[in-house]
Amino acid sequence: MPSFKTDDLSQCRDPTEASSPQSQSSVVQQFDGNIQTSSSPTPVAVKEDDMFGDEDDDDFEAAADALESKSSSAPSSSAPMVAPISTPPSKTAGLDASDMPIFYQRLMPFKEIFQWLNHFPSPTTSFTNREFAFTLQNDAYLRYQSFPTSDAFKKEVNRLLPSRFEIGPVYSANPRDRKIVRKTAFRPLEKELVFDIDMTDYDDVRTCCKGTDICSKCWNFITVAIRVIDQALREDFGFQHVLWVYSGRRGAHAWVCDKRARTLDDSKRRAVASYFEVLKGGAQSSKRVNLKRPLHPFVARSLNILRDSFKDTILIGQDPWRTQESAEKLLSLLPDRELNDALRKKWASSGDRSSLQKWADIDALAEQGVSRTLDPTHLLEAKQDVILEYLYPRLDAEVSKHLNHLLKSPFCVHPGTGRVCVPINGERPETFDPMDVPTAGMLTAEINEWDMVHKTLDSPEREKLSDYEKTSLKPYVEYFHRFVSGLMKEEMKQKRQREAESSGSLDF
Amino acid sequence: MFRAQKKRVLERTTFGHEVEREQAYPDRLNMYLVPPLAEITLDQFEEWAVDRLRVLGEIETCVFRNIKAKQMEQSVRPLMEKYLPLSPNSTSGGGNKDMQLEEERKKDHYSHFILRLAFCRSEDLRRRFVKAETLLFRIRYLSVDPSERQALLRKYDFGWTPVSDEERDDLLPNLIFASENSSAPFEKTVKSESYFKVPFERVPELIETRRVYMKAGVAYVPSSLQLSLILSEFSAKLERALEITARALPRLDEDDRLVPILNHLSKGFVAPEYVPEGGDHGDGVKAWQVDSLVEHMPLCMRTMHQALRRDQHLRYYGRQQYGLFLKGIGLSVEEALTFWRKSFAKTTDDKFTKEYRYNIRHNYGLEGNRKNYRPMGCQQILSDAAPGPNDHHGCPYRYFSEDNLVASLEGIGIQDRSVLKQVKDDVKAKQYHVACTRVFEASHRTLHGVKSLIGTGVGMESITHPNLYFDRSLQMAKEAEKIEQASDEHAAAAATIAA
Ligand SMILES: [Zn+2]
Repeated sequence: MPSFKTDDLSQCRDPTEASSPQSQSSVVQQFDGNIQTSSSPTPVAVKEDDMFGDEDDDDFEAAADALESKSSSAPSSSAPMVAPISTPPSKTAGLDASDMPIFYQRLMPFKEIFQWLNHFPSPTTSFTNREFAFTLQNDAYLRYQSFPTSDAFKKEVNRLLPSRFEIGPVYSANPRDRKIVRKTAFRPLEKELVFDIDMTDYDDVRTCCKGTDICSKCWNFITVAIRVIDQALREDFGFQHVLWVYSGRRGAHAWVCDKRARTLDDSKRRAVASYFEVLKGGAQSSKRVNLKRPLHPFVARSLNILRDSFKDTILIGQDPWRTQESAEKLLSLLPDRELNDALRKKWASSGDRSSLQKWADIDALAEQGVSRTLDPTHLLEAKQDVILEYLYPRLDAEVSKHLNHLLKSPFCVHPGTGRVCVPINGERPETFDPMDVPTAGMLTAEINEWDMVHKTLDSPEREKLSDYEKTSLKPYVEYFHRFVSGLMKEEMKQKRQREAESSGSLDF
Repeated sequence: MFRAQKKRVLERTTFGHEVEREQAYPDRLNMYLVPPLAEITLDQFEEWAVDRLRVLGEIETCVFRNIKAKQMEQSVRPLMEKYLPLSPNSTSGGGNKDMQLEEERKKDHYSHFILRLAFCRSEDLRRRFVKAETLLFRIRYLSVDPSERQALLRKYDFGWTPVSDEERDDLLPNLIFASENSSAPFEKTVKSESYFKVPFERVPELIETRRVYMKAGVAYVPSSLQLSLILSEFSAKLERALEITARALPRLDEDDRLVPILNHLSKGFVAPEYVPEGGDHGDGVKAWQVDSLVEHMPLCMRTMHQALRRDQHLRYYGRQQYGLFLKGIGLSVEEALTFWRKSFAKTTDDKFTKEYRYNIRHNYGLEGNRKNYRPMGCQQILSDAAPGPNDHHGCPYRYFSEDNLVASLEGIGIQDRSVLKQVKDDVKAKQYHVACTRVFEASHRTLHGVKSLIGTGVGMESITHPNLYFDRSLQMAKEAEKIEQASDEHAAAAATIAA
């Protein structure tokens, strides 16, 4: 990202303005802790969408949608999402703002979110000095929010009813005090290492859907990406607490919560992000895979994972080279001209051959010896590169590189789709289907239905059950609960170890 | 610790009655982990710092010009010998010689710590100081005797765990595949190579480029990459120390003798950055004129301009890079708003106002922190975010595939095979600014009678900034116009006479 450092070489930069794209906007910074005490209408700030990367980004689209729906003057093709509702919209698509109070009041797992960020039953600075950022329904963006307890957090969310909220780093001081502490005393200390995979980045290899649409065919891209990244995070980097979360529309986020990951500084985050970077170059680089051979063990393992789903996901699912014209893209990635000529001829004469057939034709013709110049090793490597080019995870690396980048919290509701950002089981990502994810509206209806059906139940009997247990959100909250318990257990163990070590050293 | 020490230097700037504690420097290579203890005069303070700065300044200039390590050593060495000599122990022979060794090492030690004070004060200065110091250390490390390197490894505990032969043999295929050099004899090399295990956090640059095998958070580093490990230790330690110094520094500001010197020093370490001439073009450039000026733009800006015209849209980094460039050629903020509004033809007024207007005004210092941003130079463009699949920003020489680069260059009229080949070679050598300079040279040959202001020849200016490319191109066109006019008048006059 651009950093305009040449202007003030000798000036110490505000650590809060360090590198996160969000933090460049000072409009945003005007809205600090004051909002909490003010009872007057919340000031509206136009959200700097650009600060988040680009408008095609999933999370960002949410904000853009919300923006458009607010403006009655602008002709908008998208349905109103956050506008005041007079006629109830469909419960399955989009978000009805009136569902938000119920969702926040009865379904959002605040306690688990608190424990997840705090790693300990009672509040520590991991939670109290943690930045939250709220996007309100009028698009005001409040940064540097922080809370002393889980209850205070829940109360404020229920009061402001944000359309979403993001989680930032733990700072060296309370974010609300950042104006009164010395500049150098306010700096980000730790945050989960995060990854962002968004379907937008697959648009040039995706044929089944366009824009914000997704289907189970293209969701396979994300499934495969999760598998590749998750495995490397565990095996190569030794991380154990990796939480995958659906972004609400067409992507997924990873939160690596191990202590070791949380304390990485920017240069080390950049190193990890680059380790995962296999596709290089922008729109103009015709071939984005340039790897040394033999492949690095990480790339080789990733390739094996990709190879397993290449047939279903790409050849059958996307069928990217069916037309003569699109097949040229494939040929441009192959190394031998004589082989290409033979393939071109075959495909021109035999009409409508699918990508699956065309992929098989490559080896078939090569074995027939149609080319005198063909180097089999080169062909093999080129085919490996094609698999990587089409299927290797496309990460938004900038998100991972900065300690102070904010990312949408799990269990937020996507303002565009109404779907809840639920966890995805990283060990079995193929079991996740975004179409199955409940929307806030569906969940509200499920609670009402349960209450209706169980009207006759004694009230103590009824109160035993949490509201989420009455809904299809249940398995997701339970998964999250298990994840958080595992993380807390590990933290306690480490803490005991540290204490034992330090007391041990005192004894001797 | 250092602050307290600094205080002593300040309080007694001349050698007073106190007996100076002798510090021994048995080795040439210094990791600068221990701050100096003795006092020096204010004159020495400044003189030594300035001498070190000359060496670091040359190193930074080399970095800026993208000069390779080998050549860098050649151009830095004379300065090192003159201003910061470090003689080997073998030259000692008692008496004066020993004194001289001690003095050289002391100067090296002190000057480093003095410059820490001057360069700890902003993130940018810290980053550049660490980079230059690390490169200086690298040059020295490579030039000392192997025995001196061994001494360094013995002296500092780097926390490396040797990998047993057994473990190495178990992991052999992985180690081979992770190794950089995978040509035929590599297997033999790996078998005899010794490896260290280090937590991956300690070798970020080896992780970044996937040059080592990783297992469960541990990086397996061959001893051939030891230098890289040492350098990363060196820079990591220095970075941390600078941050600590920065936090302690405000208290130092009370001393009014030192502050001016430190300010002066940190200003001396500014890499040459081109300042665009835009705004001097009379009334400035109007939005409608931009299309006609494209021919003077370097390839990066043309690429974005074309993408903008084709897609009627440009993504964030593209808008930043191109927008600031246009500011540099003299587009006022009003004209910039007009230009972008018209260019984003598919975008509604409402959306434009909400999503783009602020950023444009921000770049002109009219919003937010009100900083008047300067156009980005090549170095910044090269080091900033790499373009993603739908992006058009960045340096085309670096990010375009060879085919696309050639096609683009042919598109702007570079047909000469030999020029194209040279450009490709420059790109392979990662000399992107040389490639761009060459393209400037080749595309401005046709302007007869005007001497190219830019070139790859000795002593000629080379492209380090997109606006430099633009300004020089426009300047040459104007001169060519003048010459043409003059010769037209001349011809007209001659014709009149003939008639
Ligand atoms: Zn689809």
